[in-house]
Amino acid sequence: MSDGDGFEPTIVVFACHWCTYQAINLAGTSRMKYPPNVRVIRVMCSGRVDPQFVIEAFKNGADGVLVAGCHPGDCHYVNGNMKTMRRTVMLEKLLQDMGIEKERFRREWISAAEAKKWVEVVTEMVEQVRKLGPLKLAEKREVVMNE
Amino acid sequence: MSKPKVALYWCASCGGCEEATVDLTERLFDLIEAVDIVFWPIAMDFKREDLEKMEDGSIDIAIINGGIRLEEHEEMVKLLRRKSKIVIAYGSCAHLGGIPGLANAYPREEILKFAYEEAPTVINPDKVRPMKKVTIDGMEFELPEFLEYLKPLDEVIDVDYYIPGCPPTPDLTWEAISKLLSGEIPPKGHVFGSDKSLCHECPLNETKPDEIRLEELKRPHQVILDRSKCYLAQGVLCMGPVTRGGCEALCIKGGMPCTGCFGPLDGVYNQGAKALSFLASVIDIEDEEKYREMLEKLGFDPIGWFFRYSLAKGMIYRKKGDGE
Repeated sequence: MSDGDGFEPTIVVFACHWCTYQAINLAGTSRMKYPPNVRVIRVMCSGRVDPQFVIEAFKNGADGVLVAGCHPGDCHYVNGNMKTMRRTVMLEKLLQDMGIEKERFRREWISAAEAKKWVEVVTEMVEQVRKLGPLKLAEKREVVMNE
Repeated sequence: MSKPKVALYWCASCGGCEEATVDLTERLFDLIEAVDIVFWPIAMDFKREDLEKMEDGSIDIAIINGGIRLEEHEEMVKLLRRKSKIVIAYGSCAHLGGIPGLANAYPREEILKFAYEEAPTVINPDKVRPMKKVTIDGMEFELPEFLEYLKPLDEVIDVDYYIPGCPPTPDLTWEAISKLLSGEIPPKGHVFGSDKSLCHECPLNETKPDEIRLEELKRPHQVILDRSKCYLAQGVLCMGPVTRGGCEALCIKGGMPCTGCFGPLDGVYNQGAKALSFLASVIDIEDEEKYREMLEKLGFDPIGWFFRYSLAKGMIYRKKGDGE
């Protein structure tokens, strides 16, 4: 159910400074094209991403959230990304239980060299979320239905 | 000088909070000595008209428990707010939504459909549902409307203080009331209880290893807990690390891990998400497949595990009809 034509999704990206953020830079300096729908927030490690941030992003108007960090074994802080892995697997289920479609939340491992992967991931995600339409939040929870 | 006036009221709650008030036992007499209870429908015969007749701001403290699920609750708490100088949200339901707040995971229509049509114990071939207005033999009857969601008290009216717990302990209740009566007024928005997590007052804290690493999670019914060792270190989810202390660790002493009823600590706005975060970091599995398998086998239920009392506060609410 999309909101007709012209809907541009907003995707909030939490990107690890040591890998994904560098990949995004590389994509830029290499003149690769990717959709302008992403709002990138740099964090020192994907393990810094508190699940509260993701929920808050959705509550504040994000249509999708992407958490991206180093490949397993490559974490600059040894095992920060393993915490990310365990958190995001749980968070995935939590968000679905709260009624958020699974395409709206994604976790990816993107190394500093993988500018191409970054472009592919965001392009795909923007398309998927565009198809889903905007995430509309209830403005007032007191709405009574029977009248 | 006349005695301070106190009002007590309940909304969507189980009655446990009223029980906790009565559990003040002998101190209840001290309370009655010190204050005038001007409104307490569950214990004494007060009607709404009695409250309406009171002057605005004439009640010193209104203690309200339960979440807001019916139109009636909403009207009553708005009325109480107008009549009272201080409003206290008492217990988990008023504070965070509590157990009845778990229903917020489902739309209103689904709840009514299940309760009146689909539940295995229900026989209702005509699909009769409670109606707001109904006329029988020329007499008109009215029921309060069942609202779309349950809301914690502070989403309906301005709340001055919170006494957390499911239910709050009598000691904490007494401490809070006597503090307010003695004029020791904390800053607005203060949550009574400890400002440290439950672990700080837990009797098993000494047995907690420096670093907890769990290779396997267990649910409380799958294991016989050693009551002299940190439950979390035994592989069972205990909400202690992310839950406000002040409850005297009653559940822990009773052999049950903490389920989080005292709510989040100051600075945490989503207790459930924080709990998810901490549990994920103490699990020691690095293989994603293995990890997913383990969660699957356990029947992983994030809302039930982490948001037992705080779903009404921590939920993302979508617009009706969106995303279906």
